[in-house]
Amino acid sequence: MNCAVDMPSEEKSLMQSSEELLKIQDLKLYFFTLLGVVKALEGVELHLEKGDTLGLVGETGCGKSVTALSTIRLIPIPPAKIIEGKILFEGMDLAKMNEEEIRRIRGHKISVVFQEPTTSLNPVLKVGDQIAEVIRIHQDLAAEALEGKIDRLEAKEAWLESKGLSLVSGLLGLRRQIKDSEERRKNPPKPSRRDLRRAALAKAVQSLRLTGIPDPERAAERYPHELSGGMRQRVMIAIALACNPDLLIADEPTSSLDVTIQAQIIQLMRDLKKQMGSSILLITHHLGLVAHMCNKVTVMYAGRVVESATATELFKNPLHPYTRALLRSIPKIREKAERLDSIPGTVPDLLDPPPGCRFHPRCESALGLCKEQTPRLIEVSPHHFVSCHLLGAKRHD
Amino acid sequence: MTDDLVTVRELVKYFPIRGGLLGRVVGFVRAVDSVSFAVRKGETLGLVGESGCGKTTVGKTILRLIEPTSGEVFYGRENITKLTKSQVRKIRKNMQMIFQDPYMSLNPRMNVRQIVGEPLVVNKVASGTDLEERVARLAELVGLNPDHLNRYPHEFSGGQRQRIGVARALALNPGFVVLDEPTSALDVSVQAQILNLLKELQEKLGLTYLFISHDLSVVKHMSNRIGVMYVGKMVETGPTTELVNQPRHPYTQALFSAILDPDPEAEARRIVLTGDVPSPANPPKGCRFRPRCWLVSDKCKPDEPVMREIGRDHYVACHSC
Repeated sequence: MNCAVDMPSEEKSLMQSSEELLKIQDLKLYFFTLLGVVKALEGVELHLEKGDTLGLVGETGCGKSVTALSTIRLIPIPPAKIIEGKILFEGMDLAKMNEEEIRRIRGHKISVVFQEPTTSLNPVLKVGDQIAEVIRIHQDLAAEALEGKIDRLEAKEAWLESKGLSLVSGLLGLRRQIKDSEERRKNPPKPSRRDLRRAALAKAVQSLRLTGIPDPERAAERYPHELSGGMRQRVMIAIALACNPDLLIADEPTSSLDVTIQAQIIQLMRDLKKQMGSSILLITHHLGLVAHMCNKVTVMYAGRVVESATATELFKNPLHPYTRALLRSIPKIREKAERLDSIPGTVPDLLDPPPGCRFHPRCESALGLCKEQTPRLIEVSPHHFVSCHLLGAKRHD
Repeated sequence: MTDDLVTVRELVKYFPIRGGLLGRVVGFVRAVDSVSFAVRKGETLGLVGESGCGKTTVGKTILRLIEPTSGEVFYGRENITKLTKSQVRKIRKNMQMIFQDPYMSLNPRMNVRQIVGEPLVVNKVASGTDLEERVARLAELVGLNPDHLNRYPHEFSGGQRQRIGVARALALNPGFVVLDEPTSALDVSVQAQILNLLKELQEKLGLTYLFISHDLSVVKHMSNRIGVMYVGKMVETGPTTELVNQPRHPYTQALFSAILDPDPEAEARRIVLTGDVPSPANPPKGCRFRPRCWLVSDKCKPDEPVMREIGRDHYVACHSC
């Protein structure tokens, strides 16, 4: 690419290594409930490359959260069941992994920021401990624990000497202990639980500092109810980023926050992405947020992907009737409109979805074919995928 | 002005905080702290602000669903705050409210016919076949099918439920309707349906709206004038186009710059405020926006700014602009 001349080296490396990080192929997931089978996902396709921020958009019940959460198996099985399809993450098929294997990935390589920070944090644990928990589970902290121990011993020795009590320090054998510990640096021993806790907490504070919380040492000692909504969401982000994940799933990360706080969190997520080089899968119904954060967009409707393209292409040249209608139905601050173009009807019930294209009952340009046949996702121009019979028909002409 | 339908003067609502063993009052949440504005006949006044700024409390106090601590509310020439309970009930025929959450504000044990007809029955306006007819007409007005009338709220989607809420609010032919976040529980495609319906009804029936929302794009679409609230205070009011294009108060500027339009190329110059919204139980002295403001000066701490006119019909409470 010749535009990469004055790009920061970090971004350049991201551009060059355009390798696949997450690839969901033809995923079908049904919920088997007492009322019947809810066909939540019906052949979902998703591609995410390293360094991407992919926006997954759609209305309530379109399956965007189910898609994202099923990648790390946070969907209860049963009642849910993956009928077919692959979820390839760095070449591994997550759909086929057992609980033990997935647990090593969840929170470590893929982590989630949930919508509602108030209900996702444990109210009886200090936030520092909640962040430290993830770190303790997924990281080998032997080296850090040893360093921490050496630092503490040295501080003790220095303090005693400053008080003129070097005799005591000699009696305690501090110097010898420090020497011992330093020699074991190459092959750190298994730390004691206390040292492990201390090391994890220190890392938790670092992680909190990254999210821009003022005075992170004190904040780590607080309980969730003592923090405001925006601060809680920062804690959630700190937990998610604690292990430097390759993929961050953000499920409506700002929709429970106030507008000005939303702006802060969006800014923070953008900055952290640049710093850490994680990829983001952003689930939201807010198209404005997608336009500002994402380089790729996938639009879902009633359990299927209807359109997928780069962000600039999708907002400039939306092709699926649903995407077009959705964009028209949003009131825009810089445009004057007397009436909004709404989409008639409501989202279909997935217990009994309409046959053929699931959007056809609400589509203004539906053909006879739409009722009978499910359209396939086709690439109409490079990286622009649409599943609609209208476009297929145009291509044949 | 003579065409003011609803006038609010120095409205104050403090909620007591009780604490300690005896449950004594230990402080006050200053939800609404001396707010004044007027809604003109036939217009929509938008009220925006972040959670806890007191916008819903203002709406409810106007209808006396909450008793104000002090201040006056006039409907036409009638001082509502001075009325007795039974008098209030009479005037409430003219003033109705549509609530935010259509899942919580409809009685699950009543069918649509009963829900929409209840205000007519309670106020002894109609009965028998007259009632039937009026309910059917209301249902048609908001776009519900006649066969929907025998169903119960749980059988409807969010948008349909909100239509039921609208029909109920309009049953008594009110002149003034308070809309408290009427679409924030709905999906965008359905939100557009409801917003269109509300606009149509306003034209058809000559309604006056107080439109409360935190979503600025929606408020801008619906309103003739906008009032911006921050921690219990009104900080700026003005005609919609002027407020959107030239917001004067720094808070309004930050609020409008935080809107994300669905256009990746509109690289907006965004103002990201630091810090959190202060608690209305313990607001900062002087100007309440002071701790987050970038135009802060020496004047802001001792003196609380008052509303002053800076353009035609455009008021701002700020020392620095």
